[in-house]
Amino acid sequence: MDSPSTRRISLTVDGQPRTADVDTRTTLLDALRERLGVTSPKKGCDHGQCGSCTVLLDGRRHLTCLALAVSYDGSEVVTAAGLGALDDASEELHPVQQSFLDHDGYQCGYCTPGQVCSAVGMLDEAKAGHPSHVTEDLEAEPDLDDDEIRERMSGNLCRCGAYVGILAAVREAAGRNA
Amino acid sequence: MKQHDHHVAADAAEAVALVADNPGARFLAGGTNLVDHLKLGVARPDLLVDVRRLPLDAVEEYVGPGGRGLRVGANVRNSDLAAHPLVRSRHPAVARALLAGASGQIRHQATTGGNLLQRTRCVYFQDVTTPCNKREPGSGCSAIEGYGRYNAILGASEACVATHPSDLAVALTALDAAVVVLGPDGERRVPMTELHRLPGHHPEQDTTLRHGELITAVELVDSPVSRTSTYAKVRDRASYAFALVSVAAGLDLDPDSGTVRDVRIAWGGVAHRPWRATRAEEALRGEVLTEDGARQAADAELAAAETGPENAYKVAMVRNATAMVLTGLAEGAGR
Repeated sequence: MDSPSTRRISLTVDGQPRTADVDTRTTLLDALRERLGVTSPKKGCDHGQCGSCTVLLDGRRHLTCLALAVSYDGSEVVTAAGLGALDDASEELHPVQQSFLDHDGYQCGYCTPGQVCSAVGMLDEAKAGHPSHVTEDLEAEPDLDDDEIRERMSGNLCRCGAYVGILAAVREAAGRNA
Repeated sequence: MKQHDHHVAADAAEAVALVADNPGARFLAGGTNLVDHLKLGVARPDLLVDVRRLPLDAVEEYVGPGGRGLRVGANVRNSDLAAHPLVRSRHPAVARALLAGASGQIRHQATTGGNLLQRTRCVYFQDVTTPCNKREPGSGCSAIEGYGRYNAILGASEACVATHPSDLAVALTALDAAVVVLGPDGERRVPMTELHRLPGHHPEQDTTLRHGELITAVELVDSPVSRTSTYAKVRDRASYAFALVSVAAGLDLDPDSGTVRDVRIAWGGVAHRPWRATRAEEALRGEVLTEDGARQAADAELAAAETGPENAYKVAMVRNATAMVLTGLAEGAGR
């Protein structure tokens, strides 16, 4: 199978082992969407500027449009569609997804899978004590106020401008009263 | 996108040998800039040598030629470096610079070495339909007569007016870091102030590295100026944008007299490389730090600035940002 420009890759996608033969030029996003039929991550700008292709890759939020599939052989991908299974095996929504529903954190919904994955990854980073650009004291535990949430979510654009709802959804998911 | 082969490197030496022997080969690490260039046609390699999984991913305390410090593996992700407790406490300018760059997603993907080797975001460099000496040597510079708002104000040439986009590189330049480079003939250390070049007649060369040389680590030196350091970035929006100008600085004040014992200043967004403002540093050393003094020191450096109508704003912007950063450090505000 290994012609100079084709490789066989294996991924775990939303808990399922998947295999595909991909051209060396194929992005992880195109491998997921076009080869594996996993359409939850969306192609927005395709240049790393919008965040709509965000997934959790080996446990961290990650763009899939600026990643070549062949570089990620063996990786674990969790998309927004697979998030509900992170906490338990039921069909229930992930708390961040429920929060987006409760607060109208979207309009057309195209950026939403990326927003949701980004929020899940961002909350883990904050829990691990990672600072952000707006954190006053680099060595203190971060306090996820609205400025922190806006900064930490700035890699996800919403063309509909549903930011007020997105902020409220993430605020609630972060454990604050909306 | 042009067809290319892809090889996952077994170790750093194999990667270096493969790229050094093939003019059409390129290293691929995080890929946040290179994969975009493949799509845009800016980069058209025959072979990508994938170094992403090489175990160059530790942040370790070490004692090097410059003294005690941190040795950062080239594959340490930007997010992990910014969050590292010893970087936050001993090299806050480095953490701040990283956190001011890109987005949360991209910082997980982008590597320390790759960040330094990212290429200019000059709109003409990224647009293959326009002449650009950096992308296509000899084709001309579209930015000199074209859209000039992002153009360099220091050290530019008739061939190129592009600026270097890295935030991290500016902080490392201010704090006298060095990169460790592996080449076909072995390892060498390159001070950050000598890693990037001015464009001159060869803007296609961003750095002094030879084809096939691989950055394997960055060495940070602990010092009073590194502990009291920060990074300020001025941009068109509050987040997720490249710098118009930026300032990395470290300051060591005599606690009794308030005079400047030592100071380091580097600027981003003003030149083809991170600009170490040595004239400004000289003007401040031994003096009591004041806002006016900081502005005058910046002006000593900016005397050599050459501007056009669209980028003249950068002179005032970097002067004011420098004064803001230095007075902030003096007040112990930390940012």
